[in-house]
Amino acid sequence: MLESDDGESLDASIRKPPLQNERPTSMVVEILVQSCAMEDSSFSMMMTPKLVITSIIVTVISIMIRLAYVIYQSSKPLKNLAQQPFSTLIVLGSGGHTAEMLNLISILKKDRFTPRTYVAASTDNMSLQKARVLETSLVDQTDDEKVTKAIQFMQIYRSREVGQSYLTSVGTTLFAICHALLLMIKIRPQVIICNGPGTCIPLCVIAFLFKVAGIRWSSIFYVESIARVKRLSLSGLLLYKLRIADQFFVQWPQLQLKYPRTHYVGCLM
Amino acid sequence: MGGTDDGSDVRSVKMVFVTVGTTCFDALVKAVDTQEVKEELFKKGYTHLLIQMGRGSFIPTKSAGGLGCLAVDYFTFSSSIADNLKSASLVISHAGSGSIFETLRLGKPLIVVVNEDLMDNHQSELAEELAERKHLYCAHPQALYSTIADMNVDALLPYPPGDAKPVAKLINRFLGFPDD
Repeated sequence: MLESDDGESLDASIRKPPLQNERPTSMVVEILVQSCAMEDSSFSMMMTPKLVITSIIVTVISIMIRLAYVIYQSSKPLKNLAQQPFSTLIVLGSGGHTAEMLNLISILKKDRFTPRTYVAASTDNMSLQKARVLETSLVDQTDDEKVTKAIQFMQIYRSREVGQSYLTSVGTTLFAICHALLLMIKIRPQVIICNGPGTCIPLCVIAFLFKVAGIRWSSIFYVESIARVKRLSLSGLLLYKLRIADQFFVQWPQLQLKYPRTHYVGCLM
Repeated sequence: MGGTDDGSDVRSVKMVFVTVGTTCFDALVKAVDTQEVKEELFKKGYTHLLIQMGRGSFIPTKSAGGLGCLAVDYFTFSSSIADNLKSASLVISHAGSGSIFETLRLGKPLIVVVNEDLMDNHQSELAEELAERKHLYCAHPQALYSTIADMNVDALLPYPPGDAKPVAKLINRFLGFPDD
């Protein structure tokens, strides 16, 4: 996660000049070559600086191509000929968000979305409890023991609590990202369903990076809260603009007009 | 408080239930506690006023009711306001989506009062949209009196229950599952 973040910022700084005007590239390369040679002559003898720069450029280009491919592929429906079930991660927001999410989960076919993992913020005591109530009500309907065993409930640290100072939230954010990474390695979901607020962001970003890195392919679905009529929430906007969400649902027609890549689905509540 | 029982004992108890949820919304409690609002509610035929005041510090004046005035009572929190909503004839609520939809689903007339003190006030979007669709009335604390005076509870339209099927259908299609 951290490595790739650094990599991206490096990429951006290297990429820009050669793209804007191509001619000076060779000059820049020469200067770089000279400086490298001056700094460490033994290094330049082992490996020519030209090779280093070419390999960096190749890496950057291949990451860009991979990114473009992942975004393009994410927008297309899966070819699920075998009709296999998907391991599913359900991110519960809080209060109203959880109610909307469980409304949706209750009508999804459970044999298609199994095993299921519910994740909620560690400060939110109600959401997982409500999810448990929903899942136990389902057990009565289906006798399949395998299905009930494959349900997990987990809590995740939030990066920032309401009213927390910005200074301390840097530390807590890092901690939350590490915790999210750990959870995602454990769960490795194929389907992620979330509807905000911020709890889902680190999980979705990690899932997207897993896709880029080829670790795990997942389909990310985001349902914007019914409370959002005119503007997307911050979490929604992030997932929409960065094209992290494969399918983005909104509950009011005005929003769909404003954000054309979303799907209008009517009210969930 | 069990609505129907009380209703048969004391003739026509008409309860107004005010809820601020887990928030601190003194402006609403104050507005409801004004004499003009209470008189207007009484004129409209309501007999009781129950206020769930949350974390607010403004304490409304209790009243046993009687000749020509509302009976007023309040509490801070309860584990579930479902019973209060059920026994109410009119609900005045903060703009949280939870209590809005809980009330609409019970088919109770609803006035949503928007908290102008909140920093991120996206909640008013929902209340205004639902007010435009005539499912509820939307007011600001200062305008609560005029909203109550002008409202016609019978003109409100019932809110159709939400439906998650369109989302489920799109998710299934995207994952390559056939429609049911």
